Amino acid sequence: MAAPLQDWRTQKRPFAAIASMPIFWLVLFFVVPMAVVWLYSFGENAGPADIVISGTLENYKRATEWLYVSIFLKSLAVSALVTLICLIVGFPVAMAITFAPPNWRPWLLLGIMLPFWTNLLIRTYALMTLMGTNGYANKALGALWGGASWLKTLVGMQPLDAWTPAQLLYNNFAVVLGLVYVHLPFMVLPLYAALDRLDKSLIEASLDLGASQISTLNRIIMPLAGPGIAAGVMITLVPALGAYLTPDLMGGTDSQMIANVIERQFKRANDWPFGAALSFLLIYAMFIIVALQSLRRGQPKRGE
Amino acid sequence: MDEIKTVLTRGMGRRSLLQGLGVSAIGISITGLVGCSKESSGGKIASTGEEPTLNFYNWDTYIGETTLDDFKGASGIAVNMSLFASNDELFAKLRGGNQGYDVIVPSNDFVERMVSADMLMPLDHAQIPNFKNVAPEFQDVPFDPKRAYSMPYTWLLLGIGYRKSKVNPVPDSWKVLFDSDQYKGRIAVLSEAGDMFRLYGKYLGKSVNSLTPADIKTIEAMMIKQKPNIKAYHEDNGQDLLAKGEVDLVLEYNGDIAQAMVEDDDLDFFFPKEGSQLNADNLCIPKGAPHPKNAHALINYLLDAEAGKKITETILYPTPNAAAKALMPDTYKNNPVIFPPSEFLATCEYAKFNSELQPLYEEAFTRVRAA
Repeated sequence: MAAPLQDWRTQKRPFAAIASMPIFWLVLFFVVPMAVVWLYSFGENAGPADIVISGTLENYKRATEWLYVSIFLKSLAVSALVTLICLIVGFPVAMAITFAPPNWRPWLLLGIMLPFWTNLLIRTYALMTLMGTNGYANKALGALWGGASWLKTLVGMQPLDAWTPAQLLYNNFAVVLGLVYVHLPFMVLPLYAALDRLDKSLIEASLDLGASQISTLNRIIMPLAGPGIAAGVMITLVPALGAYLTPDLMGGTDSQMIANVIERQFKRANDWPFGAALSFLLIYAMFIIVALQSLRRGQPKRGE
Repeated sequence: MDEIKTVLTRGMGRRSLLQGLGVSAIGISITGLVGCSKESSGGKIASTGEEPTLNFYNWDTYIGETTLDDFKGASGIAVNMSLFASNDELFAKLRGGNQGYDVIVPSNDFVERMVSADMLMPLDHAQIPNFKNVAPEFQDVPFDPKRAYSMPYTWLLLGIGYRKSKVNPVPDSWKVLFDSDQYKGRIAVLSEAGDMFRLYGKYLGKSVNSLTPADIKTIEAMMIKQKPNIKAYHEDNGQDLLAKGEVDLVLEYNGDIAQAMVEDDDLDFFFPKEGSQLNADNLCIPKGAPHPKNAHALINYLLDAEAGKKITETILYPTPNAAAKALMPDTYKNNPVIFPPSEFLATCEYAKFNSELQPLYEEAFTRVRAA
């Protein structure tokens, strides 16, 4: 039996002992560096390697020009689409794992987590090999096309035109596909966690009482999995919004996302103050998304 | 040729895989500098009067197979080499102060940038007698008059790599990449804003260093017009795109295409008639280097004829080291991709670092990509 949970207010000293390390860590490696970047966003370049914090708002003014706002909105649209696809693909997967025989589940979960064992860069390059003009996807499609053409000649019809490789890489489609590929596990895991906790007898009751499979899904499973869906959406949307590697490597001429612009400010453009301002606008935006999310969830909590 | 081939299949070229991908480089460059310099200093003294160690910050695959071991044999100085993937990374790392590097390899415009930011130590030419091996045209360069702060290591030229079987007739101008839909969807150009604007300037008959904000406007409009014909803005991995058949024409450095040509007979390279932009990588000593004398010794060693030959055999880039070049086989010396004709070289310029124009280039290129 676990001891009843105690309020931290009555046990200040043990609480302080436990909390001090993570708080120290957070302050030293998160709050302090972010504060420095935040200060930079009110500065200007004074020479190639010096930044003067002058309190100027010029960087924010520039960052809210339509050029950058439009790139931001586009990034938001791309990451929302990625999140939606992840949800549509990930939900059945999470359901399947939940209802799989118990001795299968660890293996199925391992399958979901396996990609994390490989570096993102390597996975992206692997995907590029697959999707290239002369990649395996195009080779397979070409073989199918050739087969169809052969079948047509067999029944005495004109053969198909020669196969022209599909352009799978270097466009927005490739970016969305690459981001879905990378972020799918982030969606499946919280969904699985939510569905796994779900009381299965509620589903049985719903079915016994005459609800169809669909309405059981809509009226029982989905609402109960709500927090898991919300968590999955957040944990997918936020990193997708900040993605820069995938659009850089797989994107075409118009696939830049806001994170690519920010990256260039810190590197090639050597304009850290402006990059800092863009970063903080992105952070504020994410903050608003998270805040809206927790407001929406501010319903009465269930008992422990 | 065979030994060159084996070397090449191993290396990727310092401007290829890692570049632009800061993430991947972090793991490599973190390798403890501090630890290294402490542990090997057990009271021993090198002939330079310093502890026998040195921290070298270099590009990937940018040194001979045995060069550092040979240097240790000759001088007793152990070199810890760590790697960076782009000039931006090098600059970002050093702008907060030197963490212990003795020798670095910035490109020409970054030499200027670092000199203006007071980040480089003036070189003592008396300690670098092998400077005499350097070809005269590299002994005094506009980005570093009289070589006060830098020694030449390699140089490069931007041009156009293409697939012979898919490109006919062979073009001779930047037009094919910048202002034509002849190869729609089969061309790739660089994603580096400054280089792109300067080369468009070259195409328009201007000097790479004389562009004005009005020119930038004109070029921006040209780029937006050309955008539908371009397949990708590549991160300096154009030789890979070309080798994989993703594109048939690509804007790339001659050294990178020369490497790819060794593996694929169907590739070739040409220098557009309007002229091009010269780049040079240079050996420098950052301010605050803990072992400046060792650093001079290493730089002098790298400029040695025999050492330079071994480096060149590995990396196959054009070398400014005349004595080393003389030792190389004819397949290298007479390779028109590596060494273009001198009348073409006369039309090429070094890009100057320009702190006013750089942000304009970047913002205009962001507009092009968002258009």
